[in-house]
Amino acid sequence: MSQDKPAAGSSSRERLLLMARPRATKANLFAALLALLLGFAMATQVRQNQSLGLESLRQSELVNILDNTTLLSSRLDQNARDLQATRDQLVSGGTSGAAALRAAQERLDALRILAGTARARGPGIRMRISDPGDKVTAPLLLDSIQELRDAGAEAIQVNNIRIVADSHFNLGASGIEIDGRTVAQPYSITAIGDPATMSSAMEIPGGLSENLRQLGASITINQAKDLTVGALHALSAPRYARPVPPPATSAP
Amino acid sequence: MIPAFGLLVGLAVGLFLHPVVPLALQPYLPIAVIAAMDAVFGGVRAVLDGIFNDKVFVVSFLSNVVVAAFIVFLGDQLGVGSQLSTGVVVVLGIRIFSNVASIRRHLFSA
Repeated sequence: MSQDKPAAGSSSRERLLLMARPRATKANLFAALLALLLGFAMATQVRQNQSLGLESLRQSELVNILDNTTLLSSRLDQNARDLQATRDQLVSGGTSGAAALRAAQERLDALRILAGTARARGPGIRMRISDPGDKVTAPLLLDSIQELRDAGAEAIQVNNIRIVADSHFNLGASGIEIDGRTVAQPYSITAIGDPATMSSAMEIPGGLSENLRQLGASITINQAKDLTVGALHALSAPRYARPVPPPATSAP
Repeated sequence: MIPAFGLLVGLAVGLFLHPVVPLALQPYLPIAVIAAMDAVFGGVRAVLDGIFNDKVFVVSFLSNVVVAAFIVFLGDQLGVGSQLSTGVVVVLGIRIFSNVASIRRHLFSA
C-alpha cells in the first residue's frame, strides 16, 4: 500500500484531517475520555517516578545503601552509648564531688572545734567558781575540765582561754596558769555539750562541786540553751611529730 | 481532535494536581500507560490506513490496558513480576515502534 507514495501520503493526510474534525459521536467522546485518562496517568507516573527515591534503584544499589545506613546507624549508636556513659559519669561525679566536699567541710568543722581554732556555739553550761581562800589548785581545775569532758563537753573555755588537747595547767607565782597565762578569779568555765548531763556530772555526790565546797569555794552552775565559746587557740605547727600516711585501703 | 485535547487536558491535570498513586496500583500504572500508548499509536495508524473504527479503538485501548496490568499482576503472583513487566514493555515497545514506522511511512512517504 505504500508503493504509490505521493497518493497514499495525501490521502492518508486527508483521512487524518477528516478524523481530526470534531465529531460528537459517543465513541469519539469515549476515546477522548480514555485519552484524558492516559494523559493523567502518564503525568502521574512521571511525577511519581521523579519523587520516588529508592523504588527505582537496583538491588545492588539498595544493598549498598542499606549497608551504609546500617554502618552509620551502628556508629551513631556507639556514639550515643559513649555520650550516655560520659554523661552518667559526669552526673555521678558531680554528686560524689559535692558529697565529698560536704564531708570534708564537716570534718574540717569538727577538727577546728577540736583544735580550738573556731568559735563554737550551742547548748551547754556556765560554771562560776569563786575561791576566796585560794584552795583550788591546778590539778583540781584540771579535774573539773576532765569531768566536763567525761560528761561530753565538746568545747571548753576557762575565762578567756580555750581548752584544747595540749592545754596545760600549772601553778604560777600569781595563781593558776593555763598555757602559761594566769587565770584570774573567779574562774568562769563555759562548756558546750549536753547541759543536763554535764551539770549532773558536776553535782554528783562526791564529785567536783562537793570537793570544791569542802575546800571553801563556791560554785554556781547555769544551764543555757545557747552559749558561745568565743576564745580561740593559736595553733602551732608540730616541730617533731609528723603524720603517718594512712594505709592504702582502696587500690587506685 | 477531541481525544488529542483530552490527552493534553489529562497531562495538565496530572501535572497540576500532584496525585499520589495508590500503593496497590504502583506496579501496574507504568505498564498500563505503555499499553495505552500502544493502543493510541495503533489507532492513529488505523486512521492513516483508513480502517479506523471508534469502537475497535476503545475496546483495544481498554483490553490493552487490562491485559498488560493483568500480566504484571500474574507475574507478581508468580514471583517473576519484574521480568514479566520487562517483557511486556519490550513487546509493547516493539509494537509502538512498528506503529510509528507505519505512521511515518504514511505521513512522510519515507
